[in-house]
Amino acid sequence: MARQIFAYILHKGGVADDSAQELSIAARKLDPEATVTAVVGGAGEQLAKVCEQAAAIYPEVWKIDNEALAYINAEVIRPMLARIIPAGAVTLVPHEHFGMDLAPGLSIKLNAAYLPDVVGFEGLEGGRLNAVREEFSGQVSTHVSCDISAGAVITVRPGAFQPQEGQGAGGRVVDKSGEAGTAAPRRRYLETVVAEVGDVDITKSEILVSVGRGIEDQDNLEIILELAKAVGGDVSCSRPIVDAKWLEKARQVGTSGQTVKPKVYMALGISGSFQHLGGIKGAPFMVAVNKNPKAPIFQVADVGVVADILEFVPELTEKINESK
Amino acid sequence: MEILVCVKRVPDTAENEIEVNRDGTDIDRDDLVYSVNEWDNYAVEEAIQIRDKVGGNVTVVSIGEDDSEEVVRREMAMGADNGLLLSDGAFKGSDGRGLATILKAAVEKGKYDLILTGAQADDGAGQVGGMLAAMLDWPYASLVNLVEILGDKKIKVGREIAGGNQEMNEIDLPCVLSIQTGINEPRYVGIRGIRKVASVEIPVKGAADLGVAADAVGQGGAKVNRLDYFVPELGEGAEMLEGSTDEIIEKLVEILKAKGGIK
Repeated sequence: MARQIFAYILHKGGVADDSAQELSIAARKLDPEATVTAVVGGAGEQLAKVCEQAAAIYPEVWKIDNEALAYINAEVIRPMLARIIPAGAVTLVPHEHFGMDLAPGLSIKLNAAYLPDVVGFEGLEGGRLNAVREEFSGQVSTHVSCDISAGAVITVRPGAFQPQEGQGAGGRVVDKSGEAGTAAPRRRYLETVVAEVGDVDITKSEILVSVGRGIEDQDNLEIILELAKAVGGDVSCSRPIVDAKWLEKARQVGTSGQTVKPKVYMALGISGSFQHLGGIKGAPFMVAVNKNPKAPIFQVADVGVVADILEFVPELTEKINESK
Repeated sequence: MEILVCVKRVPDTAENEIEVNRDGTDIDRDDLVYSVNEWDNYAVEEAIQIRDKVGGNVTVVSIGEDDSEEVVRREMAMGADNGLLLSDGAFKGSDGRGLATILKAAVEKGKYDLILTGAQADDGAGQVGGMLAAMLDWPYASLVNLVEILGDKKIKVGREIAGGNQEMNEIDLPCVLSIQTGINEPRYVGIRGIRKVASVEIPVKGAADLGVAADAVGQGGAKVNRLDYFVPELGEGAEMLEGSTDEIIEKLVEILKAKGGIK
């Protein structure tokens, strides 16, 4: 019997996430022979719309319609999924804040293997799947072998599998709500606190001078402010700078911060984790300065300089000011 | 409140450049500086702050070899009350499920209201907390960046979701939380703090003490095995500017002007 793969569909406001397409490609890459089914949880009208979109990608869509899923809660849907996903199946989930909440525990409840944050699939050998992951924030990669003979839950990194246009699966929607049952929620959603807007809206900036851990000390931020002033850009940063409370959250670029689309992006002392890069859209011209020649940022930047930003940036600022 | 915090000893990426060794079997571990996983340090700080508010005890647990003891001791120097090292040859090569199995056994030997882990560690998996919660059948919340104690039955947690937004939840105790960086400002540990706990005995427990079947953990019990380490070749990469600093800067200013990087 062909392997069964399930793809968990994320959605918001009645619109399926980009990962709905990506997981379909990932499933094909994992096992071209497999039967692939989408699974969507939600409630009412919005869920119906998402199911329609998923049916354009997948031959079959399983829907779980339950008022308790109107705001998606991993603690509520996990036992439902554990009831309907058959033993031995492979379940794909996007590796983001919901997937990270749902998936590790789901693997336990399904008694299946767990393989997190996969960026590539490299074939099956019997019951074992070869896959590619990254470690140390992308500084090194690994090949891993996962025993999927008794099923697996796999989280897939958003953006790792490029979607293709025009699939038009014309799939059918199957209502699994009854079979999925209900759950007594031991974790209850209260509200979403929307991020505060800072004094500068970096999502509108054309030039971003972005600083990371390489700045080493709060006092050193002055050299970044001076460079930003010299080029007429705004200051943004990577996560460690906000964690240290050196700049406000509204200045953070990344999946857990702002999504920016400048014309020019200067990454200064930023190693280039996928979470950071995930917040940069619109293919800006990217300049990277980092003292580690192997920093992942150099793989995505257009121009790179191996240097200590503490020495390099002040000299660059001086030269720019002179040349005006 | 009885709080257990799970911590891991990892190579310190702020102090080291991580490189693949010559035959690709591991990262190059010569001269690596190790420390407590950054996320775990925030988890320990949060546990200490909760205890200071509502009372109770903080226990720090680590799975590892003898050298993990120094990490547990460092977190005790921060203010944790107890340390615990889970160490056994049979644990070596455990995957996430194996580690969660070992921790579950340790949890069941004690009585805890709250378990904290870091949101992720060096391998970026973010898996052990969620697995442990499911094994214990306790509720779970990941990527937690706010904890507010509402009593001894439930707490309020904020989760970091996309776009810098925060998802607020109420969660029943006992529960497991994975803690995100930035939730607090972990206190500095000085030499004096380390000295104060230098002679504290940290109990060590193995598979037999915990009642863990040796074949359920370790390399043998693992469903996920790492085959190698490598550095992928991704596209062309950046054009690297070379020469003297003056030459590099001159070239860079020219490029920035051409690309609209200087207004």
